[in-house]
Parts: sequence; structure tokens; C-alpha cells
Amino acid sequence: MESMLAVVIGGLYAAGMYLMVRRSIVKMIFGLALLGNAANLLIFTVGRLTRGRPPHVPADGVLSSLPVADPVPQALILTAIVIGFGVQAFALVLIKRVYQTVGSDDQDEMTTENKEQGESS
Amino acid sequence: MKNILFLPLIIPLATAVLGLLAWNRRTVQRWLGIGSTTLLTVVGSSILLQVQQQGILSAQAGNWPAPFGITLVADTFSALMLLATGLLGLCVTVYSLADADAEQESRGYHPLLQVLLLGICGSFLTGDLFNLYVWFEVMLIASFVLLALGGKREQMEGAIKYVALNLIASAFLLAGIGLLYGVTGTLNMAHLAIRLQEIPHTGTVPVVAALLFCAFSIKAAVFPFYFWLPASYHTPPIAVITIFSALLSKVGIYVLIRVFTLIFPQETIAGQPLILGAAGLTMLFGALGAIAQPELRRLLSFCVISQIGYLLMGLGLMTPLALAGSIFFMLHIMAAKSTLFLTTGLIARMTGTTVLKELGGLYRRYPLLAVLFLMPALSVAGIPPLSGFWGKLALVQAGLQGKQYLLVAVALGVSVLTLYYLVTAWVEIFWKNRPADAAELRRLVPVRRNQMLIPALLLALVSLLAGLLPEPLFRLCRTAAEQLVHNDAYIKAVLGVMR
Repeated sequence: MESMLAVVIGGLYAAGMYLMVRRSIVKMIFGLALLGNAANLLIFTVGRLTRGRPPHVPADGVLSSLPVADPVPQALILTAIVIGFGVQAFALVLIKRVYQTVGSDDQDEMTTENKEQGESS
Repeated sequence: MKNILFLPLIIPLATAVLGLLAWNRRTVQRWLGIGSTTLLTVVGSSILLQVQQQGILSAQAGNWPAPFGITLVADTFSALMLLATGLLGLCVTVYSLADADAEQESRGYHPLLQVLLLGICGSFLTGDLFNLYVWFEVMLIASFVLLALGGKREQMEGAIKYVALNLIASAFLLAGIGLLYGVTGTLNMAHLAIRLQEIPHTGTVPVVAALLFCAFSIKAAVFPFYFWLPASYHTPPIAVITIFSALLSKVGIYVLIRVFTLIFPQETIAGQPLILGAAGLTMLFGALGAIAQPELRRLLSFCVISQIGYLLMGLGLMTPLALAGSIFFMLHIMAAKSTLFLTTGLIARMTGTTVLKELGGLYRRYPLLAVLFLMPALSVAGIPPLSGFWGKLALVQAGLQGKQYLLVAVALGVSVLTLYYLVTAWVEIFWKNRPADAAELRRLVPVRRNQMLIPALLLALVSLLAGLLPEPLFRLCRTAAEQLVHNDAYIKAVLGVMR
């Protein structure tokens, strides 16, 4: 299971990196989203995978079987997903505004404009 | 009285919420902002006082015992940073009264500033690595919106670069934290320090240290990760850049110093050539970039990068003297660089431009402004007896003790370059004759002028006092550095046990 997830994580990182070096800002944002998801899966995997053992302590307070799943990585991922959701929502609004003001989603065109402004203004 | 540590988080949070409730009531939001930052300054100084009297303070959120819950810790270093945050927040809020336009204010400028301060205070106080990530994101999302607020074309272009680079840094940070949890099973920084002494530092641990170093370096704009900073810092309003350059990039350095002295002291010593190399190159490339800039805001952005190198130098040397020099230099930069930025804002208001070629002859009309630019400029370059000199003196002394002669030579050489480009800029703005085709100077309404001038004067005064009477402040920095190097007291304050 670990090795399979490792391959998936590696694939997600590779795809994210590839998308980020594209010139289109839409692809760049997708790349960033993949990168975030890869990091979440990484936390999940290095937090030890345990199957069918929920992190519950029974009412009598005695754990009948070990190991139980560690709840901390799951809590971390949940937090990271929520934060990632907010940040990606902002990024999407931002690229829409950028597209409206610049009229292109090519990062190179933004750079040239920037230079001209610096020299002329 | 340990619950005072929650106040720097509650004050800006409550103000931001109240400010959002008072949407479209600009006067209410303004007064809330001023009230909150004043309170923050008072709380910051009171925390500093308590840390002096009682040693390192720690508080557990929700009373969960230390390695399990979220811990807030204040040692001398974080208390000093909190005080600086309050003071700079106050200055920038007052300055924005005149500088921020009606459109920005109606879109929530003041509440956003409070959220930014919340994230900064949280990063300075937290004793938990994942909590640090959360505060970083709070800070980032506020800074994203502040950077893009106004929606001008150049702002959009700056914002997209800033957002992309910072999101990459966040992904690195998250991966590093996840791996570290997998190795040690804890996220509490003090507990991590103990656990990492018990396990061998091979395989994952150096990789995690490298990941975290890269993540924090991107945020702090260290070579070779600095290129996003000059691409975005010249676009937003001056008040926003001031708080970004004074606090945001310094949070990156603060966290680098905190994490690498507390959790990874072995990696810091092993990676010393790397850190010192990055420090030297950051100084050098920042200064070389600044020399080439024809525009004042871009020039100052590169100057910000150049000074980051000196802060990193203290971490690389890892002696109490060097770290004390770094902390002193950090406080000095916050005051002096902010004065430069705020004065630049005044110049831009009056002349309508920040391009050096189109400026000139301002000395005749506004001698006070000329002093207000020259004094911090000389201070940043490190001319005695101004505040920058003492920070550099400590760093150079520590560098000589550590036999890092090349780095010391670079640091001194970059000081000369800094002096060169800042004085050239000063001559261009104030000394040379005004170009014949330059537009007439705009007169500012006296109230507005005072709102912009008083914060700049206050920060200049702080910087001047720190230069003329460096002894008390330097002693504080020395205490802070001792606490960083000998971290037993920190661990004891958090976990309640000695190792």
C-alpha cells in the first residue's frame, strides 16, 4: 500500500511541477493545486497507514487492540485541505482578474509589460 | 498572567471582525485600526517586560498539556518582534489614513491589515510547527488581497508572481512538516528539539531541514529565491509595501532563526558553508540589483533583499554575538527601512513620480524631508553612530571570530555599495537641479501631510535613539541570542521538564 501511494505522490508532484513551468497561469494554478494535494497525501502516508482501526478510545478507556490509526495526520490534512481550498479559491479569482486586466494568460506577456512600465513611467 | 500571550492574537482578530461588521463605515474602521495597533504596542511592551522579569513565558491553548496541545511561547526574541509589530502597525495605520484611497478603504483595507498583523503575531508566538504553517497561511491570504487591492494592471502582474511563489513555499513547508511528523511523531517545537537529539540525523532529517530551509528562504527572499520580491513589491501602495518589507519578509528570517537554532542546530552547523554562502550572495545580488534601478521603489525593494543577507549571516555563524547582531540589525532595518519607504511615499505624493531622473531639487523646498531620507539611508549603509553601524559591527566581529574572512569582506564591500546607491538616490531626489520639464510640486493638505510625516518622524527617531544609545537595546538582543543558543530554558518553559 505504501509503495503504491508513494508512486501516486511522486506522480502528483511530477505533474504539478510540469504544469507550473508552463507559461499559462491557469495551468500554473492547477499545478499548485496538485502540489498541495501531493503534500497532503505525503502527510497521510508518512503518518503510518493503519487499516480498519479507527482512532477511538472505547468508553471503558481500555484499548483492546494496537495499533490504532493516528488521528493527528488526519487532522493536519483536514486543516491543510481547508486552507488549500481557500487559497485556491482566491487564486482562481485572481487569475480571472488578471485575465480581464492583461487580456492574456501568458506569463511572458506580463513580464514585458512590466519592463516597459518601469522604463517609461 | 500567562494568558497575556493570547492578547496579541485576540486584539487584531477582534478588530478585524468588528471592522468587517462596520463595512463601509470608514471612520469606524480607521479608529478601530489605530486603537488595535496602540493596544498591540502596549501588550507587546508588557510581554517584553514580563519576559525580562520572569523568564520565558508559555501558555497552552485550551489547557491541553504541552506536546499535545498548541503552545504559545514568548522569549525575548519574540517579545521584541511583537513590540516592533505593534509599533510598525501603528505607524502604518496612521500613514494609511492619508495614503490609502477611498476605494481601497471601502474594500476592507483596514480589516485586512489587522488580519495580516494577526498572522504575523501568531507566527512570532507559536511553539508548534503546524500551527506556524496555519499562521503563515493567514498572513499570506491577507497579503495576497492587500497586494491586489485596487486592481491596477501592474498590481495584478505583481500579485500573480507573489501568489505563485508563496504557494510553492507553502507546499514545501507542508511536505517538510508532514515528513518531520512521520520521523518524530510530534509537532511541538520544544519536543521536536528533544526527539531529534535522540534519533540519528541521517536520511529523512537532513531532507526535512533542507525543505524547511527552502520554504522559509522563499518567504524571506534569500538568494536564490529572491526574484519574486522586486517583481511584486513596487506595485502596491507605499503603506502596504512598508509593512510587507518591515514585517513579512522578517517573519521568514525570524522563523529561520527560531527553527534552525531550536530544532536543527546540528544541520545548521553542518550546513554552515551553504547558509553563509547564501547570505553573502543575497547581500551582493541585492546591492547590485539596487544600483541598476532607475526607480525609487524598485531600488528600495532590492535594498530589502540586500539587508536580508546580513540577517542570515548571524544565523550561519551561530554564536550568541552573531545572533545578537542579527536581532539588533533586524530591529534597526524595520525602523530605518520603513522610514525610507514612508518618505518615498511622501515624495511620490508631492511630485507624482518615483523615477529618479524626473525628480530633483527637493532639498530647497523641503529640507526636513531631505534629512528624513538621508538619515535612515546612512543608517542602512552603516555609518556610525547610526543604528545600522552597531548591528554590522557585531556581525563583523562575530564573523572575524568565526574566521569567515571572505564573508566579512563581502559584508563590508556591500556596505560601501549600499552607501553608493542610497546616496546617489538622495542626490538625484534632493540635490540635483529640478529638471526643466518637471511638473509643479503638489501641495498637500496639512492634515494629510502630518498623518504621513509623523509616522516617518517617529520611526526615524526610534532608529536614531537605537543608534545613539545602543547599549540597552543591544543588551536585550544579547539576552535573546543567549536564549536561542542555549535552548534548555525554552524547552523547560514549554514542557516543564529539564532534559
